[in-house]
Amino acid sequence: MSAVTRKNRDGRTRTHLFSGKAGSFLRVVFSLAITFFGLLLVTFLIGRVLPIDPVLAAVGDRAPQAVYDRVREEMGLNLPLWQQFFIYISNVLQGNFGQSVLTANPVIDDIKRVFPATLELATIATIIGVLLGIPAGVFAAINKGKWPDHIVRVIGLAGHSMPIFWLGLMGLLVFYMKLDWVAGPGRLDAFYIDFIEPTTGLMLVDTLIEGDTDLFWNAVSHIILPASILAYFSLAYIARMTRSFMLEQLSQEYILTARVKGISEHRIIWRHALGNVMVPLVTVIALSYANLLEGSVLTEIIFAWPGLGLYITNSLLNADMNAVLGGTVVVGAVFISVNMLSDVLYRLLDPRARR
Amino acid sequence: MRKLIAGLVMGTALATAPMAAQAETPKNALVMAFAIDDIITLDPAQIFEFSGAEYAGNTYDRLIGFDNDDVSKIYGVLAESWEVSEDGKTFTFKIRDGVEFASGNDLTAEDAAFSLQRVILLDQSPAFILGQFGLTADNVKEKIRATDESTLVMELDKPYAPSFVLYCLTAGVGAVVDKEEVLAHEVDGDLGHEWLKTNYAGSGPFKLNKWTAGESLSLTSNDDYWDGAPAMKRVIIRSVKESASQQLLLEKGDIDIARNLEADQLASIKGDDNIKLLSKGKGALWYLGLSQKNEYLSNPKVREALKYLVDYKGISETILAGRSQIHQGFLPEGFLGAYNENPYSLDIEKAKSLLAEAGLADGFSVTMDTRNTTSIMAMAQSIQATWAQAGINLEIIPGDGKQTLTKYRARQHDIYIGRWGPDYQDPHTNASTFAWNPDNSDDATAKPLAWRNAWDAGALTAETDAATLERDDAKRAAMYIDLQKKVLESGPFVVMFQETEIASMRSNVNNFILGPSFDNNYYRYVTKD
Amino acid sequence: MTTQTDISKSAKPGLKQWLVADAPQSRFQAKCGRAWLGWIKFSENKLAMIGLSVVIGLILVTIFAPLLAPYDPLAANLANRIQPPGAEHWFGTDQLGRDILSRVIYGAQYTLLIVGLVAITAAPVGLLVGTTAGFFGGWVDAVLMRITDVFLAFPKLILALAFVSALGPGIENAILAIAVTAWPPYARIARAETITVRKSDFIEAARLQGTSNFALIIGHITPMCMSSLVVRVTLDMAGMILIAAGLGFLGLGAQPPMPEWGAMVSDGRQFLLEQWWVATVPGIAILIVSLGFNLLGDGLRDVLDPRGGD
Repeated sequence: MSAVTRKNRDGRTRTHLFSGKAGSFLRVVFSLAITFFGLLLVTFLIGRVLPIDPVLAAVGDRAPQAVYDRVREEMGLNLPLWQQFFIYISNVLQGNFGQSVLTANPVIDDIKRVFPATLELATIATIIGVLLGIPAGVFAAINKGKWPDHIVRVIGLAGHSMPIFWLGLMGLLVFYMKLDWVAGPGRLDAFYIDFIEPTTGLMLVDTLIEGDTDLFWNAVSHIILPASILAYFSLAYIARMTRSFMLEQLSQEYILTARVKGISEHRIIWRHALGNVMVPLVTVIALSYANLLEGSVLTEIIFAWPGLGLYITNSLLNADMNAVLGGTVVVGAVFISVNMLSDVLYRLLDPRARR
Repeated sequence: MRKLIAGLVMGTALATAPMAAQAETPKNALVMAFAIDDIITLDPAQIFEFSGAEYAGNTYDRLIGFDNDDVSKIYGVLAESWEVSEDGKTFTFKIRDGVEFASGNDLTAEDAAFSLQRVILLDQSPAFILGQFGLTADNVKEKIRATDESTLVMELDKPYAPSFVLYCLTAGVGAVVDKEEVLAHEVDGDLGHEWLKTNYAGSGPFKLNKWTAGESLSLTSNDDYWDGAPAMKRVIIRSVKESASQQLLLEKGDIDIARNLEADQLASIKGDDNIKLLSKGKGALWYLGLSQKNEYLSNPKVREALKYLVDYKGISETILAGRSQIHQGFLPEGFLGAYNENPYSLDIEKAKSLLAEAGLADGFSVTMDTRNTTSIMAMAQSIQATWAQAGINLEIIPGDGKQTLTKYRARQHDIYIGRWGPDYQDPHTNASTFAWNPDNSDDATAKPLAWRNAWDAGALTAETDAATLERDDAKRAAMYIDLQKKVLESGPFVVMFQETEIASMRSNVNNFILGPSFDNNYYRYVTKD
Repeated sequence: MTTQTDISKSAKPGLKQWLVADAPQSRFQAKCGRAWLGWIKFSENKLAMIGLSVVIGLILVTIFAPLLAPYDPLAANLANRIQPPGAEHWFGTDQLGRDILSRVIYGAQYTLLIVGLVAITAAPVGLLVGTTAGFFGGWVDAVLMRITDVFLAFPKLILALAFVSALGPGIENAILAIAVTAWPPYARIARAETITVRKSDFIEAARLQGTSNFALIIGHITPMCMSSLVVRVTLDMAGMILIAAGLGFLGLGAQPPMPEWGAMVSDGRQFLLEQWWVATVPGIAILIVSLGFNLLGDGLRDVLDPRGGD
């Protein structure tokens, strides 16, 4: 179980979270609350030290001074810092994340719109990453030290080494422009933009809910390229971890026994070894999924994908702090819950971890 | 194993291949890629952003308009005609009959009066355009009123030049909103402002279908439009920030028009038969603001030297190729009284001797706050290179738009490279910022560009004010030419270029109209082959 | 072990004998011997050797940039802009007429500077936070780890972006911003390592001898965390280069006219369709160097951190 220990080492607090002792639940809640409070505080402070005037986003460059002063006061920026923070926190506790200056919408509504876009992209990317990464890892493991192993390694690492915006533009140039395999930037062809009522916000799901298969396939052709490019990044990690987990399994005694019994090599690898590897792999996949859920700003810019990363960045550069704070809370919450979830899954799947 | 992987790869490829088959955009819809993420509101009393102004220009009617090709020709839109009283302080407009709002309500003088009052009462960013005629929240209901169904009266505090008043009414704040509809959505006496930020209550050739911030803006045609229904039933604008992505979409035919291509992209698509370019001189100016708080820049010789140290020709022919023309007066070409002579050109020897006269033969170091967009950054680097030849060490400080602006507005810059767009079509809009600074102290109440650069405009402030009261257009024009010459000579501005807007479109798109400002870019005449 | 004997057979007696001696005479000899064995194992890994050569190449290019570059990387000439690759300019010229090859060569030093400085700022911070938390446990651990969590839960590029805007542009600030995003995982690693060793006998022994807590952390615990940290930092270097490139793409990285690779790719993207070389050449430079660091890190892991490898 070496790899699992490794995961724990660069990983997260998991030892005490679900120890089953009385009060541990409270402790988890408390430590989560502290983390979120810290997250908000740091974000808030960043917003205040940014040399960007938040009023500018609201009134523009050319507003007369009197309008500027009035709006500044309306935004509560005249108050002392601690008071601004206190007001913000008490609003958040009442479930009010405030309004975004840039979009004229409540931040909650904005997030309900942009997060599904990121979620959809990250999910498809993770699926692609898993579908390609695991076989690649297995393939590398059974060819350990031979050229297929090296090729998988280099191709995988190359994915980790390319500026994503460059890869994205090149991908568009080749697969959209020249080969015509996929559709261009955006979540749907521009003409279809208003055809879909956002029920879940997930384009692939909403088009099916409305029973429009043409639009569904259109959405698929739009998501496939950005998702593949993001997948390339998680693929390397998944393949690499699969490879080392597999090597470990393949050297176990039960594999030898199975071989002696005459079970086909195919079955040994794909059933027995891979079956055991799946448990620690869940943690690996969860981690890369959580990273993708932050939203990739650069991918979203290139692919005109209105997701969370772009939303937070744009808000940050306009010092639209309600939006930035709201976005950061979502990212933090996703990160923490995916980690906890993978913990739980791990414990459920792996009997040894229960000890 | 190999088969499995090959199968997966092929499977993905095959699955995606057939569904990418694209039809071109429908004949009765216009699809555009445009960086519209500057839109923060759809309320015409608040809109002050470029893309927002374009939206309002296509969805709301104003009282008055001007000819896009000859700005001096003013004509009535919702106001059929108007009269100016003897003393020059009262304007009376006759409102057009038979115009209906999208809601079906009739448009009357009452709606017009309400719309103008609303601008003053809400007091948002563009309110000063009307406010400068002595209108305040306290007096606006008396000063602007409907005397009957079709008569609107507007009283001013001084006998301003009529052209000044009328040009201000051609701006976005002159848009007429549906009083009944807006008040139906009023919350806490906000005159429907919160609602109108994301909704629509106008009478224009297009109606708002849906605005999704940072994503898209879609319009549908107003088939009952009084001046003829548009051919395009839908207009869809997708927010695409990345210009390389816009170019791909256009070349592929997935959009009809790309709005934000850079000079070199335009050069590269010129040879494509499926694409044509439409260009129009805009009112925006590119300039350098030289802070007079800086010991070097406050020296008049240095300011003059710097005006000789910009490669005007090189930049306008390469970095801004086709997207600008050299222009050095503070009024853009096309404006009343614009000064179109360009006395300065790159002359390093001349600049060196001026610097020597200033006692700075060895040069000096100075910083420039620079917005991190492709063209501004390239301009800044070209300037950096020419200044180095005269011994001036220019440090470029890149930043995002709002970041550099924050510094500029706080007077913390040495040099700011910026773009200034006029707020309305009258020369006073630029004169009141480049040549007018009533109070140069740090806590001044008015902060025009002259103030931001800590430049005491001296007598020019009074001359600028006087020009607004000159009722003879020819004399008025002469006053502005004089102002521009003085600012050109001694001012802290190196005005370099006037912007040209270029829309790149598929060759089957006809009659897309670009006007001198963003609120005169019109979609209503567009047809597609 | 077979390789080891093979090598020692073929090696000259003397130094190599001394290195692989079964019974080392001194601590120093033992250390050197271990390093030698590590090197043997490392050098068998061809990919890792390629990675190492790339990194060495990067260092050489940095040192000899003035000799290697055919032109001044900053000399602009608008008349000679976006020239295609040819005899005069091997990789063409950019939008201001500057030689791309020379800019890529001079850009190497900024890339090296970024990864070097981030590594020597973020790693010690992470190490200190992690070992302190792990060593003391209790509320010290709780406080430090909550802080680490906060930074870990932030989106990396956005945190870097915020710091860059707050500190102002420039390569030093970009480095600082990247360092701020890079340290939390190191703290995690160091803490986990510390927890596994803090109860061990040799620590107890040192404690009984009256060694202070501070000396224990610095002298005994920190060295135990080093190998896994070095591996992780090397593997992260590619990520740092990419974040720096991302900042450059957003126009907030290096200051013009500095030839930072990310900024160069960003500048070139408007020419991507017709004048592909403007963005592609620096893009490939980033790819090669990141790949080099990744391969090197992968190889180092096999040697230093066998638990993570095979």
